[in-house]
Amino acid sequence: MKTLMGNAKNINLIIGLLILISFLLLMIVSFFYTPHDVTAMNVANKLKGPNSENWFGTDEFGRDIFSRIMKGTQTAFFVGTLTVTIGVVFGTLIGGIAGYVGGWIDEVFMRIMDALMAFPGIILALMLVAVFGSGIVNTSIALGLIAIPSIARIARSGFVQHKEYEYVLSAKLIGVKPFKIMFRHILPNVSSPLIVAASVSFGVAMLAEAALSYLGLGVKPPDPSWGRMLKDSQAFLKSAPWYTYAPGIAITFMVLGFYMLSNAIRDILDPRSN
Amino acid sequence: MKSTKRLMIVAMIVVCMFLISACSGGKESGGGSSGNGKTQEIKVRVNDDPDFLDPHLATASISFQMILNMFEGLFAPETDGSLKPAIAESYELSKDGLTYTFKIRQNVKFHNGNSLKVDDILYTFEHLMGTKNGKPLSGNFGNVESVKAPDESTVVIKLKEPNSNFLYSLTALQSAIVPKDNDGKQNENPIGTGPFKFVKYTPGSNLVLEKNPDYWQENIPYLDKVTFAFQSDDNSAVMSLIAKEVDLTGVRGHRLSEVENDFNISHQNNNSALIITFNEEKKPFNDLKVRQAINIAINKQDVIDSVYSGYATRLGSNMSPAMGDYYLDGLQDVYARDINKAKKLLSEAGYPKGFKTKITVSSHNDMYSNIAQIAAENLKEIGIDVEIEVVEWGIWLESVYFGRDYEMTTIDLTGKPSAYEILNDYISTNDKENFFRFNNKEFDKVMADVLKETDQKKQIEMYKRAQEILSEQSAAVYIADYQVLWAANKKIEGLKSYPFWFHDMSEVKFTE
Repeated sequence: MKTLMGNAKNINLIIGLLILISFLLLMIVSFFYTPHDVTAMNVANKLKGPNSENWFGTDEFGRDIFSRIMKGTQTAFFVGTLTVTIGVVFGTLIGGIAGYVGGWIDEVFMRIMDALMAFPGIILALMLVAVFGSGIVNTSIALGLIAIPSIARIARSGFVQHKEYEYVLSAKLIGVKPFKIMFRHILPNVSSPLIVAASVSFGVAMLAEAALSYLGLGVKPPDPSWGRMLKDSQAFLKSAPWYTYAPGIAITFMVLGFYMLSNAIRDILDPRSN
Repeated sequence: MKSTKRLMIVAMIVVCMFLISACSGGKESGGGSSGNGKTQEIKVRVNDDPDFLDPHLATASISFQMILNMFEGLFAPETDGSLKPAIAESYELSKDGLTYTFKIRQNVKFHNGNSLKVDDILYTFEHLMGTKNGKPLSGNFGNVESVKAPDESTVVIKLKEPNSNFLYSLTALQSAIVPKDNDGKQNENPIGTGPFKFVKYTPGSNLVLEKNPDYWQENIPYLDKVTFAFQSDDNSAVMSLIAKEVDLTGVRGHRLSEVENDFNISHQNNNSALIITFNEEKKPFNDLKVRQAINIAINKQDVIDSVYSGYATRLGSNMSPAMGDYYLDGLQDVYARDINKAKKLLSEAGYPKGFKTKITVSSHNDMYSNIAQIAAENLKEIGIDVEIEVVEWGIWLESVYFGRDYEMTTIDLTGKPSAYEILNDYISTNDKENFFRFNNKEFDKVMADVLKETDQKKQIEMYKRAQEILSEQSAAVYIADYQVLWAANKKIEGLKSYPFWFHDMSEVKFTE
């Protein structure tokens, strides 16, 4: 916290946090209150432009777009959090073991990661969703799997570097168990690039969820998802442009927020930049 | 220093983009029509690739939409759903309704230049019926006793039992006449007798046909070349139309306003039946009252207004007004929306608090998930909690249509020219198509009797009764026959619309 306060002039940090906190607030509020029921239809009132009743207008079923954007933050944060958790936990575990143990285990683990990485992410996700079914949890798991290799690589390079350091060698000498060395001693020292990677993949996950829902295979309708809203609105781009603007702007800001935050974290944690 | 470098890069990118756009802007797009009197060429946008080019193997309506331009049967379907003679000039039916004698047209040539002989017709039926190898390609001819050719201009088909629908299985949709000497090569190099012949098929891209100069009907076709371009996305198809890359495409209702000034719009009742249906073998959908409650609760007009922008005709049974005399009017009002009545029916069936269910829909067209959303919202009001499951089209076919592992679904049943073939999906023994698992003795009897009936008026009465039964039994929630809105280059004339998917190019031409 002290470091954060000391960086109050970091413009990335301020704007990034501001954006994300507003979305977080929007999400918290959406659990208790949205101006309109997010699934309630009123076809007679369809595709109305922004007005005092429906701030962002209505969609083709006459549902309130603002309420759906609000509720959509839940989807976005849920997918982001689950994806990043899977990616970071498994990525660090795999990368850490590979880097620390080395030898053939390293070879095998990293070749598997390479193979996973060589496969185009969205196609892999499509495949997993096709096999295990669509839905918010499956989508997040699929995206989490895609996030693993890049985090594993970052973790591995840190562990490879640190396992030769004196503090690790001395810990080994006094008989500390390998697992404890890895996750109590090394991990805290290599965590800064991992935190950056995690916040980047948060933004990536959100875009990927939008892409999957855009392809019709992400979050189940009628649950609101920004990606699906973007897809559904495409057909009305000419007659009801506000329908496209709302989810488009929401996705842009959310991703922007995460990128700015991750830039800021990198600047703060990287000693060379000071 | 760093920022000047960045600026330089940005500037270079901008310059490059400008150059690229300048280069491409100079050239007129070469595709599309040319109505300049020399060669007449049309480009038609079609949603997807054909499944087969061989008319005996093809099953998808999207394939026939294109390949019917290359093939003909003994008869050809007309725009009103009736039949006109094609390769057969005329026919006679014996009094017992079993023996059809066809007089074969004499001046017909295949695309390879050979004249059509009765041998080719015999070969076609042998091939379809699998008389030689025991593997029938079509289930339509199980009732055929024999096919014989007593002379060079006569073919005689004998049936085992009378079948009033038999002539409908003699169009190119069911039994396209193909040459004997092209056996086994029909899918790579399709040869028929139709107004256009095959040139090239590029998977994922297009199917090219050219004029058949030897076509037996004089003066047609007018077009020299027809290209069916495959483009699955409806929205980009509209862009292609505006950019003049295609001359004809279907457009969705909500985008009509963008094209209606610059293109000719025609509305076609597509003869399909858009339905929300249930697996009637499963509880609680085996209960008539549950099916009726669902039917009453669903707001069909909302579907028409929001999904089709109003361009759809309400249905009450599995028959569209496009079928003319066969259509029974009035059923569309039987299940008018009434939440209280629906709740009452549901409690009578033993579900006063409703139940949980799942609607499985395909992702290949977003109209299905949109319809499912409306249904789920409507059914919530009577206590039925519907989860929407969106699956890929292949999985939908496998698990819902063929596997019958589903509770509810929504789909549009595409139109066919014959009333019998439209309704036979519901026959309890039609295991292949009856994915609703509808089982009604009276319906089965009506459909069996209609085949034996020779009087057309009586047949129509029976088909109407069949439609009534489907409505009474709430076999499915019949929503609408949605219109296909065709937007065409204004220079095109001669487009015809059929009660099934067919882009008939035979009389199409460009005017100046």
